[in-house]
Amino acid sequence: MYDIAVIGAGIVGCSIARALSKYQLKTVLIEKEPDIANCTTKANSAIIHAGYDAKPGSLKAKLNVLGNSEFDEICRNLDVPFKRTGSLVVALKDDEVATIHNLFDQGQKNEVPGMEILRQSELRRIEPNISDDALVALYAPTCGIIGPWELAVAMAENAVDNGVEIMLNAQVKNIMKIGNRYVLSVNERKIYAKYVINCAGLNADEINNMVAFPKFHIMPRRGEYNIMDKSIGKLVNTVVFQCPSKLGKGVLVSPTVHGNLLIGPNSEDINEKDNFETTKEGLRYIIETAARSVKKLPTGSVITAFTGLRARCEGDDFVIEEASDAKGFINVAGIESPGLTAAPAIADYVLGILKEMQVEMAEKSDYEEKRRPVIRFNELTNAGKQRLIEQDSRYGKIICRCETVTEGEIVDAIHRNVGARTLDSVKRRVRPGSGRCQGGFCSPRVMEILARELGLDISKVVKDHPESYILTAQTKETNMFDLNDVNFIARECVTNASRI
Amino acid sequence: MQAEYDVVVIGAGPAGLAAAIEAKKNGVERVLLVDRDRELGGILQQCIHNGFGLHLFKEELTGPEYAERFINELKELHIEYKLETMVIDLSKDKVITMVNSKDGLLTIKAKAIVLAMGCRERTRGALNIPGTRPSGIFTAGTAQRFVNMEGYMVGKRAVILGSGDIGLIMARRLTLEGAKVLAVVELLPYSSGLTRNIVQCLEDFEIPLYLSHTITRIKGKHRLEGVYIAGVDGNRQPLEGTEVYIECDTLLLSVGLIPENELSKAANIELDTATNGPIVSESMETSIDGIFACGNVVHVHDLADYVTLEAQRAGVSAAEYVKGLLWKKRTDICIRAGQGVRYVVPHFVNVDNLKDTLELFMRVDDVYKDKNLLIKLDDEILTTMKKKRLVPGEIEHIEINAKMLKEKSVSVLTVEVQKEGA
Repeated sequence: MYDIAVIGAGIVGCSIARALSKYQLKTVLIEKEPDIANCTTKANSAIIHAGYDAKPGSLKAKLNVLGNSEFDEICRNLDVPFKRTGSLVVALKDDEVATIHNLFDQGQKNEVPGMEILRQSELRRIEPNISDDALVALYAPTCGIIGPWELAVAMAENAVDNGVEIMLNAQVKNIMKIGNRYVLSVNERKIYAKYVINCAGLNADEINNMVAFPKFHIMPRRGEYNIMDKSIGKLVNTVVFQCPSKLGKGVLVSPTVHGNLLIGPNSEDINEKDNFETTKEGLRYIIETAARSVKKLPTGSVITAFTGLRARCEGDDFVIEEASDAKGFINVAGIESPGLTAAPAIADYVLGILKEMQVEMAEKSDYEEKRRPVIRFNELTNAGKQRLIEQDSRYGKIICRCETVTEGEIVDAIHRNVGARTLDSVKRRVRPGSGRCQGGFCSPRVMEILARELGLDISKVVKDHPESYILTAQTKETNMFDLNDVNFIARECVTNASRI
Repeated sequence: MQAEYDVVVIGAGPAGLAAAIEAKKNGVERVLLVDRDRELGGILQQCIHNGFGLHLFKEELTGPEYAERFINELKELHIEYKLETMVIDLSKDKVITMVNSKDGLLTIKAKAIVLAMGCRERTRGALNIPGTRPSGIFTAGTAQRFVNMEGYMVGKRAVILGSGDIGLIMARRLTLEGAKVLAVVELLPYSSGLTRNIVQCLEDFEIPLYLSHTITRIKGKHRLEGVYIAGVDGNRQPLEGTEVYIECDTLLLSVGLIPENELSKAANIELDTATNGPIVSESMETSIDGIFACGNVVHVHDLADYVTLEAQRAGVSAAEYVKGLLWKKRTDICIRAGQGVRYVVPHFVNVDNLKDTLELFMRVDDVYKDKNLLIKLDDEILTTMKKKRLVPGEIEHIEINAKMLKEKSVSVLTVEVQKEGA
């Protein structure tokens, strides 16, 4: 019997689980995917927004600005790369100038610190490559860039260090309230919990409807992106937005915290919650639109494309409240942008709701707010590199040549307490395969390390989902790969993750 | 740890092996060869098909056999080499920073350096093909490594995008391993692979080649389920209404190779935008004195034999440089790619360094039939070569008698495809 079951290990679920781990509560974090941060958290703009976009008075506005202010400390404690680059919203046409002033006013109401309206010369000093059409811009110094999945992984690791249990590949199929507790059917198991926090992102409405009256409806909104080569990663210094429209903040051009350039997203309402396709039209649109923000966008520098789905719901604000017809069941739904930024503040807000509900919350005496730091070989000095290799020779073996990732880092990612089990989960943690060759050289080596460290045959190593097998049979053999074996790994992931 | 060497060769594929051997044979003592992989030979080790060595040894060897000849010679010459060693920095004053498990971080000062890092494959991302991101999409070279070196198949029903040589060879390889290769799809109206590979790898196995076609969409939630292919117009844009769905679990990409010049860029070596490799002299010297380059890091070759020839020249030059016998870089002749020619290597010539011949490697920019290839010195035609067929997929190797150049005081040598009626 758990005190609290958190459904969904995206950035919101992980942030809440971490906040709960400060208290003497038995908490479980349940995730249907094979890794945490495997849906909306892994595919978005990776921006910590300043907070001038949301309507004053809304939860979005409040939690955005609050959340933003927490990032320096969180990222220091969790050893997550984060950079406050500042952002610009640029007016490219005369009629957009008024929008800039409106955003400034809105930002002031939302209590966004340090904003300025920049004229031509200041704008060009900050962004020498900004489009010649740029007239005026809103500058917000508190905007930042981050690796969202790394933050979620770090929060999950920290939560586990402080006693939270994580179940991966664990789909909640039904929820029932029996007496004063909830019974969750997870895969073939029953999980009992006094309270349930629904952070199921795109599936939050379905989870709600298992136990409460259908109150909201999640409408996926697709956004497509391109990642560009590090050689043009310094094209812009800040996050450059165009003026927002009804469909969102528009197409941005941004450096990433890892040194690439990110462009996107478009914005398209779709019906399917599992449609992660990029489209010809969408990719063309983001490239054409992004090219208007800057002088020269080298479109030949694209290294990959991806699609993210925003978990939007009607009403245009976050839904964070106890379901009126299901006591002890808290919905945290409709967390679209600025959800990543707001995540720490959302967690605090949820703690407030729990306290209001008279949940007994005694603080742990041994709570550890820091996570064991991650070694990033590439960022060390030469002397540091030398010392590290002397201590552990696996740091002298470079596996990913594009991103300079060593065997030591990959092995660590596999053996941390929310360890990587798949090719993509290694990539998200320590970046082999994120570079310009996109894993061409290193993926066989990473698979080999995964197989060795997990005691699997290399053919059992999958890309991401249990069915995303990479290799089939051994050469000159006729027995084809059996899918049951893949499901075996899926189960392994669950047991390994929950064992810790 | 700091060490000094006369010549350090970076990369132990066909280029690096030949360069290290020639440097040593030409009287340089302290030669070091480094490679990031586990074994010497580079990509040759995964090329288990034959066809290597036809020009050099007049024999048909497999990739590993071809590599073995050089590896044996390297060992007989007692040339020092380091494997699983990654060069992480190269400075213009020829200090190399490298790491491996045994030595840790090494800083080496070299009198001369030969860059032989080879190339990498273009990926799906570079083409920006829309659709989902399932497993089952490989660059042809990665698939080749899995099949030939790791001993695992990558799928059962495959489509190959791009008719580059590795793609063609993998079409045959997968077929021999029991997979069904459903189509090879090529954007251009001609194949970018060697003719012999089209015949031996596709035609002999009745694998269809769709020219002027491309993949427009990738489908599959977890593993690849299929691809949409469509014909393209003259601007290489998909034609409406020609889209066809092919069910497959594997997509191989053989859509071009890119010289690996991250280190060259770190050292501020000047690059050619046509080849994406360093600008080099007749001696394969780059824009930095004493740094030489050869093989696929300079321009993508189609035959390993030519890589070897070019690398031997780089190795000899590096040795001469160390011994003070190489004349300084000087542009007596600037070499230009003229009409119909995509690039020519080398880019400039100091005639004093030429021995008997000036060797040029070049590619045309389109398919030409029954045309003359002209070598012009300034405005004067020096040589006319009748060519039945010129294709971008095949490098032309031209030798010019050095005497013809030394006698004349010239400034620009142009290689061009003769215009119609000229």
